[in-house]
Amino acid sequence: MDRPITASPVLGGTPPGKPRPLHSGFVRATHWINALAILIMVTSGWRIYDASPLFEAVFFPKGITLGGWLGGALQWHFAGMWLLVGNGLAYVAHGFASGHFRRDFLPLRPREILHDMIAALKFRLPHVAGRYNAVQRLLYVGVLGLGVLVVLSGLAIWKPVQLQLLTAVFGGYEGGRLVHFAAMAGIVGFVVVHLALVALVPKTLPTMIIGRELHLGRAREVKP
Amino acid sequence: MRTLFSGPRPSLRDHKPNVQLAERRLFLRGGLSIGALSLLSGCDLTDNEQVDSVLTAISRLNDRAQAALFSRTTLAPTYTAADITPNFPFNAYYAESKLRPVDGEHWKLELAGRIADKKPWTLADLRTLPQESQITRHICVEGWSAIGQWSGVPFRTFLERIGADTKAAYIGFTCADDYRTSIDMATALHPQTIIALDYAGAPLPDRYGYPIKLRIPTKLGFKNPKQILAMTVTNDYPGGYWEDQGYNWFSGS
Repeated sequence: MDRPITASPVLGGTPPGKPRPLHSGFVRATHWINALAILIMVTSGWRIYDASPLFEAVFFPKGITLGGWLGGALQWHFAGMWLLVGNGLAYVAHGFASGHFRRDFLPLRPREILHDMIAALKFRLPHVAGRYNAVQRLLYVGVLGLGVLVVLSGLAIWKPVQLQLLTAVFGGYEGGRLVHFAAMAGIVGFVVVHLALVALVPKTLPTMIIGRELHLGRAREVKP
Repeated sequence: MRTLFSGPRPSLRDHKPNVQLAERRLFLRGGLSIGALSLLSGCDLTDNEQVDSVLTAISRLNDRAQAALFSRTTLAPTYTAADITPNFPFNAYYAESKLRPVDGEHWKLELAGRIADKKPWTLADLRTLPQESQITRHICVEGWSAIGQWSGVPFRTFLERIGADTKAAYIGFTCADDYRTSIDMATALHPQTIIALDYAGAPLPDRYGYPIKLRIPTKLGFKNPKQILAMTVTNDYPGGYWEDQGYNWFSGS
Protein backbone atom coordinates (compact mmCIF):
# COMPACT_ATOMS: atom_id res chain seq x y z
CA MET A 1 0.00 0.00 0.00
CA ASP A 2 2.79 2.42 0.80
CA ARG A 3 4.78 1.69 -2.29
CA PRO A 4 6.14 4.74 -4.11
CA ILE A 5 3.83 6.11 -6.64
CA THR A 6 4.08 6.47 -10.31
CA ALA A 7 1.73 9.10 -11.67
CA SER A 8 -1.61 8.44 -10.02
CA PRO A 9 -4.07 8.77 -12.85
CA VAL A 10 -6.67 11.35 -12.12
CA LEU A 11 -10.04 11.22 -13.93
CA GLY A 12 -9.26 11.32 -17.62
CA GLY A 13 -5.56 12.04 -17.11
CA THR A 14 -3.91 15.18 -15.81
CA PRO A 15 -3.12 17.82 -18.39
CA PRO A 16 0.12 19.69 -17.89
CA GLY A 17 -0.10 22.91 -15.92
CA LYS A 18 -3.10 23.37 -13.68
CA PRO A 19 -4.13 20.00 -12.23
CA ARG A 20 -7.58 18.85 -13.23
CA PRO A 21 -10.05 18.74 -10.34
CA LEU A 22 -10.89 15.31 -8.95
CA HIS A 23 -14.56 16.14 -9.52
CA SER A 24 -15.50 18.63 -12.21
CA GLY A 25 -17.38 21.76 -11.23
CA PHE A 26 -20.46 20.39 -12.97
CA VAL A 27 -20.36 17.13 -11.02
CA ARG A 28 -19.80 19.01 -7.73
CA ALA A 29 -22.71 21.39 -8.36
CA THR A 30 -25.13 18.65 -9.40
CA HIS A 31 -23.98 16.49 -6.47
CA TRP A 32 -24.93 19.09 -3.88
CA ILE A 33 -28.16 20.10 -5.59
CA ASN A 34 -29.02 16.40 -5.70
CA ALA A 35 -28.13 16.02 -2.01
CA LEU A 36 -30.57 18.84 -1.18
CA ALA A 37 -33.25 17.41 -3.48
CA ILE A 38 -32.89 13.92 -1.96
CA LEU A 39 -33.08 15.39 1.55
CA ILE A 40 -36.31 17.24 0.63
CA MET A 41 -37.86 14.28 -1.20
CA VAL A 42 -37.04 11.68 1.45
CA THR A 43 -38.07 13.71 4.50
CA SER A 44 -41.28 15.03 2.90
CA GLY A 45 -41.96 11.56 1.48
CA TRP A 46 -41.75 10.11 5.00
CA ARG A 47 -44.45 12.54 6.17
CA ILE A 48 -46.66 11.57 3.22
CA TYR A 49 -46.02 7.88 3.98
CA ASP A 50 -47.13 8.42 7.58
CA ALA A 51 -50.57 9.58 6.40
CA SER A 52 -51.26 6.04 5.26
CA PRO A 53 -48.42 3.64 6.18
CA LEU A 54 -47.76 0.65 3.95
CA PHE A 55 -46.34 -1.38 6.83
CA GLU A 56 -47.70 -1.33 10.36
CA ALA A 57 -44.23 -1.49 11.88
CA VAL A 58 -42.76 1.33 9.77
CA PHE A 59 -43.54 4.88 10.87
CA PHE A 60 -41.38 8.00 10.66
CA PRO A 61 -41.23 10.28 13.72
CA LYS A 62 -42.54 13.74 12.86
CA GLY A 63 -39.28 15.36 14.00
CA ILE A 64 -37.32 13.88 11.10
CA THR A 65 -39.95 14.69 8.47
CA LEU A 66 -40.48 17.83 6.40
CA GLY A 67 -43.69 19.75 5.81
CA GLY A 68 -45.35 19.68 9.23
CA TRP A 69 -48.57 18.12 7.96
CA LEU A 70 -49.65 16.09 4.93
CA GLY A 71 -50.50 19.17 2.84
CA GLY A 72 -47.17 20.82 3.61
CA ALA A 73 -45.24 17.63 2.92
CA LEU A 74 -47.02 17.24 -0.43
CA GLN A 75 -46.11 20.81 -1.37
CA TRP A 76 -42.45 20.11 -0.56
CA HIS A 77 -42.52 16.78 -2.39
CA PHE A 78 -44.04 18.16 -5.58
CA ALA A 79 -41.71 21.17 -5.52
CA GLY A 80 -38.65 19.02 -4.77
CA MET A 81 -39.50 16.74 -7.71
CA TRP A 82 -38.63 19.51 -10.18
CA LEU A 83 -35.27 20.03 -8.51
CA LEU A 84 -34.56 16.29 -8.36
CA VAL A 85 -35.61 15.54 -11.94
CA GLY A 86 -34.20 18.71 -13.52
CA ASN A 87 -30.86 18.31 -11.79
CA GLY A 88 -30.86 14.55 -12.38
CA LEU A 89 -31.49 14.91 -16.12
CA ALA A 90 -28.70 17.50 -16.41
CA TYR A 91 -26.34 15.19 -14.51
CA VAL A 92 -27.19 12.10 -16.57
CA ALA A 93 -26.93 14.02 -19.87
CA HIS A 94 -23.54 15.37 -18.78
CA GLY A 95 -22.48 11.93 -17.55
CA PHE A 96 -23.06 10.38 -20.96
CA ALA A 97 -21.87 13.33 -23.06
CA SER A 98 -18.66 13.98 -21.12
CA GLY A 99 -17.72 10.32 -20.88
CA HIS A 100 -17.80 10.56 -17.05
CA PHE A 101 -20.03 7.47 -16.77
CA ARG A 102 -18.04 5.36 -19.21
CA ARG A 103 -14.69 6.46 -17.82
CA ASP A 104 -15.41 6.31 -14.10
CA PHE A 105 -18.35 3.91 -13.62
CA LEU A 106 -17.25 1.17 -16.02
CA PRO A 107 -16.30 -1.59 -16.23
CA LEU A 108 -18.49 -3.55 -13.82
CA ARG A 109 -16.87 -6.97 -13.61
CA PRO A 110 -18.27 -9.43 -11.05
CA ARG A 111 -14.77 -10.78 -10.23
CA GLU A 112 -13.41 -7.30 -9.49
CA ILE A 113 -16.49 -6.42 -7.49
CA LEU A 114 -16.14 -9.57 -5.39
CA HIS A 115 -12.42 -8.98 -4.89
CA ASP A 116 -12.87 -5.36 -3.85
CA MET A 117 -15.89 -6.19 -1.69
CA ILE A 118 -13.84 -8.70 0.32
CA ALA A 119 -10.96 -6.24 0.59
CA ALA A 120 -13.35 -3.49 1.72
CA LEU A 121 -14.93 -5.68 4.38
CA LYS A 122 -11.42 -6.42 5.73
CA PHE A 123 -10.73 -2.64 5.67
CA ARG A 124 -7.93 -3.38 3.22
CA LEU A 125 -9.29 -1.45 0.28
CA PRO A 126 -7.30 1.80 0.05
CA HIS A 127 -8.91 4.99 -1.15
CA VAL A 128 -7.29 6.25 -4.32
CA ALA A 129 -8.10 9.84 -5.19
CA GLY A 130 -9.68 10.13 -8.60
CA ARG A 131 -10.26 6.44 -9.14
CA TYR A 132 -13.26 4.39 -8.08
CA ASN A 133 -12.81 0.80 -6.97
CA ALA A 134 -15.19 -1.85 -8.30
CA VAL A 135 -17.49 -1.68 -5.25
CA GLN A 136 -17.78 2.09 -5.58
CA ARG A 137 -18.56 1.75 -9.27
CA LEU A 138 -21.25 -0.80 -8.49
CA LEU A 139 -22.76 1.42 -5.77
CA TYR A 140 -22.78 4.54 -7.93
CA VAL A 141 -24.35 2.75 -10.89
CA GLY A 142 -26.77 1.03 -8.50
CA VAL A 143 -27.93 4.25 -6.86
CA LEU A 144 -28.32 5.86 -10.30
CA GLY A 145 -30.62 2.96 -11.20
CA LEU A 146 -32.53 3.46 -7.95
CA GLY A 147 -32.84 7.15 -8.81
CA VAL A 148 -34.43 6.28 -12.15
CA LEU A 149 -36.69 3.76 -10.39
CA VAL A 150 -37.80 6.18 -7.68
CA VAL A 151 -38.69 8.83 -10.28
CA LEU A 152 -40.55 6.41 -12.58
CA SER A 153 -42.48 4.78 -9.71
CA GLY A 154 -43.21 8.26 -8.36
CA LEU A 155 -44.65 9.33 -11.72
CA ALA A 156 -46.65 6.08 -11.82
CA ILE A 157 -48.39 6.76 -8.50
CA TRP A 158 -48.72 10.51 -9.14
CA LYS A 159 -50.50 9.97 -12.48
CA PRO A 160 -51.98 6.45 -12.46
CA VAL A 161 -54.59 7.51 -15.05
CA GLN A 162 -52.63 9.73 -17.43
CA LEU A 163 -49.53 7.49 -17.25
CA GLN A 164 -51.39 4.21 -16.75
CA LEU A 165 -49.04 2.20 -18.98
CA LEU A 166 -46.16 3.16 -16.71
CA THR A 167 -48.29 2.39 -13.65
CA ALA A 168 -49.10 -1.03 -15.11
CA VAL A 169 -45.36 -1.76 -15.38
CA PHE A 170 -45.20 -1.53 -11.57
CA GLY A 171 -48.19 -3.81 -11.12
CA GLY A 172 -50.72 -0.99 -10.79
CA TYR A 173 -51.11 1.84 -8.29
CA GLU A 174 -50.52 -0.21 -5.14
CA GLY A 175 -47.55 -1.98 -6.71
CA GLY A 176 -46.13 1.41 -7.64
CA ARG A 177 -46.39 2.55 -4.01
CA LEU A 178 -44.37 -0.47 -2.89
CA VAL A 179 -41.71 0.07 -5.55
CA HIS A 180 -41.52 3.80 -4.68
CA PHE A 181 -41.02 2.92 -1.02
CA ALA A 182 -38.44 0.20 -1.78
CA ALA A 183 -36.47 2.53 -4.07
CA MET A 184 -36.50 5.20 -1.33
CA ALA A 185 -35.23 2.61 1.18
CA GLY A 186 -32.43 1.62 -1.22
CA ILE A 187 -31.41 5.24 -1.73
CA VAL A 188 -31.42 5.92 2.02
CA GLY A 189 -29.32 2.77 2.48
CA PHE A 190 -26.86 4.10 -0.08
CA VAL A 191 -26.71 7.48 1.68
CA VAL A 192 -25.95 5.77 5.01
CA VAL A 193 -23.05 3.80 3.48
CA HIS A 194 -21.91 6.86 1.50
CA LEU A 195 -21.80 9.10 4.60
CA ALA A 196 -20.12 6.37 6.67
CA LEU A 197 -17.37 6.12 4.06
CA VAL A 198 -16.92 9.90 3.99
CA ALA A 199 -16.57 9.75 7.77
CA LEU A 200 -13.95 6.99 7.40
CA VAL A 201 -12.04 8.81 4.65
CA PRO A 202 -12.80 12.49 5.41
CA LYS A 203 -10.38 13.82 2.79
CA THR A 204 -13.01 12.90 0.19
CA LEU A 205 -15.32 15.65 1.49
CA PRO A 206 -13.25 18.65 0.29
CA THR A 207 -12.79 17.02 -3.10
CA MET A 208 -16.55 17.20 -3.63
CA ILE A 209 -16.63 20.85 -2.45
CA ILE A 210 -13.52 22.49 -3.92
CA GLY A 211 -12.59 19.79 -6.42
CA ARG A 212 -9.33 18.72 -4.81
CA GLU A 213 -7.96 17.50 -1.53
CA LEU A 214 -7.34 20.09 1.15
CA HIS A 215 -3.67 20.85 1.75
CA LEU A 216 -3.86 23.80 4.12
CA GLY A 217 -2.47 26.36 1.72
CA ARG A 218 0.91 24.68 1.26
CA ALA A 219 2.27 24.00 -2.20
CA ARG A 220 0.53 20.86 -3.37
CA GLU A 221 2.45 20.44 -6.61
CA VAL A 222 4.88 17.48 -6.43
CA LYS A 223 8.26 18.63 -7.68
CA PRO A 224 9.91 16.10 -9.94
CA MET B 1 -5.28 -5.69 -9.39
CA ARG B 2 -3.07 -4.26 -6.70
CA THR B 3 -1.55 -1.74 -9.04
CA LEU B 4 -4.97 -0.15 -9.18
CA PHE B 5 -4.53 0.85 -5.58
CA SER B 6 -1.63 3.22 -5.55
CA GLY B 7 -0.95 4.75 -2.16
CA PRO B 8 -1.42 8.35 -1.07
CA ARG B 9 0.65 11.02 -2.76
CA PRO B 10 3.99 11.86 -1.10
CA SER B 11 2.88 15.44 -0.49
CA LEU B 12 -0.11 14.22 1.46
CA ARG B 13 2.01 11.92 3.60
CA ASP B 14 4.28 14.82 4.55
CA HIS B 15 1.40 16.91 5.81
CA LYS B 16 -0.64 14.11 7.28
CA PRO B 17 -1.06 15.56 10.81
CA ASN B 18 -2.18 18.95 9.48
CA VAL B 19 -4.47 17.43 6.94
CA GLN B 20 -6.08 15.21 9.52
CA LEU B 21 -6.70 18.24 11.72
CA ALA B 22 -8.29 20.12 8.84
CA GLU B 23 -10.36 17.13 7.91
CA ARG B 24 -11.62 16.79 11.44
CA ARG B 25 -12.61 20.47 11.50
CA LEU B 26 -14.37 20.20 8.18
CA PHE B 27 -16.18 17.10 9.29
CA LEU B 28 -17.29 18.75 12.53
CA ARG B 29 -18.46 21.81 10.66
CA GLY B 30 -20.35 19.60 8.23
CA GLY B 31 -22.01 17.92 11.17
CA LEU B 32 -22.98 21.29 12.63
CA SER B 33 -24.58 22.48 9.41
CA ILE B 34 -26.54 19.24 9.07
CA GLY B 35 -27.74 19.86 12.62
CA ALA B 36 -28.70 23.43 11.77
CA LEU B 37 -30.57 22.24 8.69
CA SER B 38 -32.56 19.72 10.69
CA LEU B 39 -33.51 22.50 13.12
CA LEU B 40 -34.71 24.54 10.16
CA SER B 41 -36.81 21.71 8.81
CA GLY B 42 -38.24 21.23 12.28
CA CYS B 43 -39.80 24.68 12.52
CA ASP B 44 -38.62 27.58 10.36
CA LEU B 45 -39.04 25.97 6.94
CA THR B 46 -42.62 24.93 7.59
CA ASP B 47 -43.74 28.18 9.18
CA ASN B 48 -41.67 30.63 7.17
CA GLU B 49 -43.95 32.86 5.07
CA GLN B 50 -41.50 33.27 2.19
CA VAL B 51 -40.98 29.53 1.93
CA ASP B 52 -44.73 29.09 2.06
CA SER B 53 -45.32 31.55 -0.79
CA VAL B 54 -42.67 29.84 -2.95
CA LEU B 55 -44.25 26.44 -2.31
CA THR B 56 -47.70 27.84 -3.11
CA ALA B 57 -46.38 29.34 -6.36
CA ILE B 58 -44.90 25.97 -7.35
CA SER B 59 -48.22 24.32 -6.51
CA ARG B 60 -49.93 26.71 -8.99
CA LEU B 61 -47.26 25.76 -11.57
CA ASN B 62 -48.10 22.12 -10.84
CA ASP B 63 -51.79 22.89 -11.49
CA ARG B 64 -50.83 24.07 -14.97
CA ALA B 65 -48.48 21.13 -15.56
CA GLN B 66 -51.24 18.68 -14.61
CA ALA B 67 -53.82 20.47 -16.77
CA ALA B 68 -51.38 20.14 -19.68
CA LEU B 69 -50.87 16.44 -18.91
CA PHE B 70 -54.62 15.80 -18.57
CA SER B 71 -56.13 14.01 -21.54
CA ARG B 72 -59.82 14.55 -22.32
CA THR B 73 -60.04 11.07 -23.80
CA THR B 74 -57.77 8.92 -21.64
CA LEU B 75 -59.99 6.80 -19.42
CA ALA B 76 -59.19 5.73 -15.88
CA PRO B 77 -58.63 1.96 -15.68
CA THR B 78 -61.83 0.06 -14.89
CA TYR B 79 -62.15 -3.12 -12.84
CA THR B 80 -64.48 -6.07 -12.43
CA ALA B 81 -67.04 -6.60 -9.66
CA ALA B 82 -64.63 -9.09 -8.07
CA ASP B 83 -62.08 -6.28 -7.56
CA ILE B 84 -64.42 -4.08 -5.51
CA THR B 85 -62.98 -3.30 -2.08
CA PRO B 86 -65.12 -4.80 0.69
CA ASN B 87 -66.26 -2.12 3.17
CA PHE B 88 -65.22 0.81 1.02
CA PRO B 89 -63.83 3.33 3.56
CA PHE B 90 -65.71 6.39 4.76
CA ASN B 91 -63.70 9.54 4.27
CA ALA B 92 -64.31 13.17 5.12
CA TYR B 93 -62.65 15.94 7.10
CA TYR B 94 -64.51 14.62 10.18
CA ALA B 95 -65.11 11.21 11.73
CA GLU B 96 -67.96 9.03 10.51
CA SER B 97 -69.75 9.43 13.88
CA LYS B 98 -70.18 13.16 13.08
CA LEU B 99 -71.90 12.43 9.75
CA ARG B 100 -75.17 14.40 9.29
CA PRO B 101 -77.44 12.62 6.77
CA VAL B 102 -79.33 14.67 4.18
CA ASP B 103 -83.11 14.31 3.73
CA GLY B 104 -83.29 13.31 0.07
CA GLU B 105 -87.07 13.82 -0.17
CA HIS B 106 -86.72 17.56 0.28
CA TRP B 107 -83.26 17.91 -1.22
CA LYS B 108 -82.69 19.94 -4.38
CA LEU B 109 -79.49 20.67 -6.26
CA GLU B 110 -79.16 24.44 -6.51
CA LEU B 111 -77.48 25.87 -9.64
CA ALA B 112 -75.66 29.19 -9.87
CA GLY B 113 -73.28 31.14 -12.07
CA ARG B 114 -72.86 30.77 -15.82
CA ILE B 115 -75.83 28.42 -16.36
CA ALA B 116 -78.75 29.10 -18.72
CA ASP B 117 -81.43 27.15 -16.82
CA LYS B 118 -80.92 27.49 -13.07
CA LYS B 119 -84.02 25.51 -12.10
CA PRO B 120 -83.07 23.34 -9.05
CA TRP B 121 -82.94 19.57 -9.62
CA THR B 122 -84.51 16.86 -7.45
CA LEU B 123 -83.28 13.28 -7.19
CA ALA B 124 -86.26 12.13 -9.27
CA ASP B 125 -85.31 14.67 -11.98
CA LEU B 126 -81.76 13.31 -12.07
CA ARG B 127 -83.07 9.74 -12.37
CA THR B 128 -84.79 10.68 -15.65
CA LEU B 129 -81.42 11.42 -17.32
CA PRO B 130 -79.28 8.67 -18.94
CA GLN B 131 -77.29 6.67 -16.39
CA GLU B 132 -73.84 5.12 -16.57
CA SER B 133 -71.95 2.76 -14.28
CA GLN B 134 -68.26 2.45 -13.52
CA ILE B 135 -65.98 0.35 -11.34
CA THR B 136 -62.93 2.52 -10.72
CA ARG B 137 -60.16 3.10 -8.21
CA HIS B 138 -60.57 5.89 -5.67
CA ILE B 139 -57.12 7.19 -4.70
CA CYS B 140 -56.86 9.22 -1.53
CA VAL B 141 -54.40 12.10 -1.14
CA GLU B 142 -53.12 10.15 1.89
CA GLY B 143 -51.93 7.36 -0.39
CA TRP B 144 -54.41 4.54 0.18
CA SER B 145 -56.76 3.42 -2.56
CA ALA B 146 -60.00 1.45 -2.84
CA ILE B 147 -62.12 0.19 -5.72
CA GLY B 148 -65.84 0.94 -5.82
CA GLN B 149 -68.81 0.88 -8.17
CA TRP B 150 -70.66 4.12 -8.82
CA SER B 151 -73.58 4.79 -11.17
CA GLY B 152 -75.35 7.95 -12.23
CA VAL B 153 -75.60 10.75 -14.75
CA PRO B 154 -72.59 11.63 -16.90
CA PHE B 155 -71.73 15.14 -15.71
CA ARG B 156 -71.23 16.32 -19.29
CA THR B 157 -74.82 15.30 -20.13
CA PHE B 158 -76.06 17.26 -17.12
CA LEU B 159 -73.98 20.35 -17.95
CA GLU B 160 -75.29 20.35 -21.52
CA ARG B 161 -78.87 19.85 -20.27
CA ILE B 162 -78.73 22.89 -17.95
CA GLY B 163 -76.96 25.04 -20.54
CA ALA B 164 -73.78 25.52 -18.55
CA ASP B 165 -71.08 27.71 -20.08
CA THR B 166 -68.57 24.96 -20.84
CA LYS B 167 -66.02 27.64 -21.77
CA ALA B 168 -65.95 28.77 -18.14
CA ALA B 169 -62.88 27.83 -16.12
CA TYR B 170 -64.28 26.30 -12.94
CA ILE B 171 -67.17 24.52 -11.32
CA GLY B 172 -67.43 24.99 -7.57
CA PHE B 173 -69.40 22.75 -5.19
CA THR B 174 -70.77 23.35 -1.73
CA CYS B 175 -71.93 20.43 0.37
CA ALA B 176 -74.31 19.77 3.25
CA ASP B 177 -71.39 19.08 5.59
CA ASP B 178 -69.90 22.53 4.80
CA TYR B 179 -67.31 20.90 2.58
CA ARG B 180 -66.32 22.78 -0.56
CA THR B 181 -64.24 21.94 -3.59
CA SER B 182 -63.89 22.97 -7.23
CA ILE B 183 -62.72 21.44 -10.48
CA ASP B 184 -61.57 22.51 -13.94
CA MET B 185 -63.97 22.39 -16.90
CA ALA B 186 -61.91 19.81 -18.84
CA THR B 187 -62.28 17.33 -15.99
CA ALA B 188 -65.97 18.20 -15.59
CA LEU B 189 -66.52 17.23 -19.24
CA HIS B 190 -64.46 14.01 -19.01
CA PRO B 191 -66.55 10.96 -20.04
CA GLN B 192 -66.02 9.23 -16.67
CA THR B 193 -67.02 12.20 -14.50
CA ILE B 194 -70.50 11.31 -13.23
CA ILE B 195 -73.10 12.55 -10.77
CA ALA B 196 -73.22 9.34 -8.74
CA LEU B 197 -76.69 8.41 -7.48
CA ASP B 198 -75.92 4.78 -6.67
CA TYR B 199 -73.16 2.83 -5.01
CA ALA B 200 -72.86 -0.90 -5.81
CA GLY B 201 -76.25 -0.87 -7.55
CA ALA B 202 -78.23 0.68 -4.66
CA PRO B 203 -78.96 4.32 -3.83
CA LEU B 204 -75.87 6.02 -2.41
CA PRO B 205 -75.73 5.34 1.34
CA ASP B 206 -75.33 8.35 3.66
CA ARG B 207 -71.70 7.49 4.33
CA TYR B 208 -70.86 7.62 0.62
CA GLY B 209 -72.56 10.97 0.05
CA TYR B 210 -76.36 10.60 -0.32
CA PRO B 211 -78.11 12.14 -2.15
CA ILE B 212 -75.39 12.81 -4.76
CA LYS B 213 -71.64 12.58 -5.04
CA LEU B 214 -69.55 13.78 -7.96
CA ARG B 215 -67.43 10.79 -8.93
CA ILE B 216 -64.23 11.81 -10.76
CA PRO B 217 -61.88 8.84 -11.30
CA THR B 218 -59.27 11.18 -12.82
CA LYS B 219 -58.85 13.09 -9.56
CA LEU B 220 -57.85 12.35 -5.97
CA GLY B 221 -60.63 11.43 -3.55
CA PHE B 222 -60.93 14.84 -1.86
CA LYS B 223 -61.86 16.36 -5.25
CA ASN B 224 -65.00 14.12 -5.31
CA PRO B 225 -67.59 16.14 -3.33
CA LYS B 226 -70.43 14.33 -1.50
CA GLN B 227 -73.83 15.50 -0.20
CA ILE B 228 -73.71 18.29 -2.80
CA LEU B 229 -76.17 21.14 -2.20
CA ALA B 230 -75.12 23.62 -4.87
CA MET B 231 -72.83 24.06 -7.83
CA THR B 232 -71.55 27.21 -9.51
CA VAL B 233 -70.09 27.57 -12.99
CA THR B 234 -67.62 30.43 -12.79
CA ASN B 235 -64.44 32.05 -14.00
CA ASP B 236 -63.49 33.14 -10.48
CA TYR B 237 -61.32 30.57 -8.70
CA PRO B 238 -63.59 29.02 -6.05
CA GLY B 239 -60.89 27.17 -4.02
CA GLY B 240 -62.05 24.56 -1.55
CA TYR B 241 -61.90 23.27 2.01
CA TRP B 242 -58.56 21.47 1.64
CA GLU B 243 -57.31 23.52 -1.30
CA ASP B 244 -57.45 26.70 0.81
CA GLN B 245 -55.22 24.99 3.36
CA GLY B 246 -52.59 23.96 0.85
CA TYR B 247 -53.63 20.77 -0.93
CA ASN B 248 -52.82 21.07 -4.60
CA TRP B 249 -55.91 22.36 -6.42
CA PHE B 250 -55.78 20.29 -9.63
CA SER B 251 -54.89 17.01 -7.86
CA GLY B 252 -55.34 14.92 -10.99
CA SER B 253 -54.58 11.21 -11.19
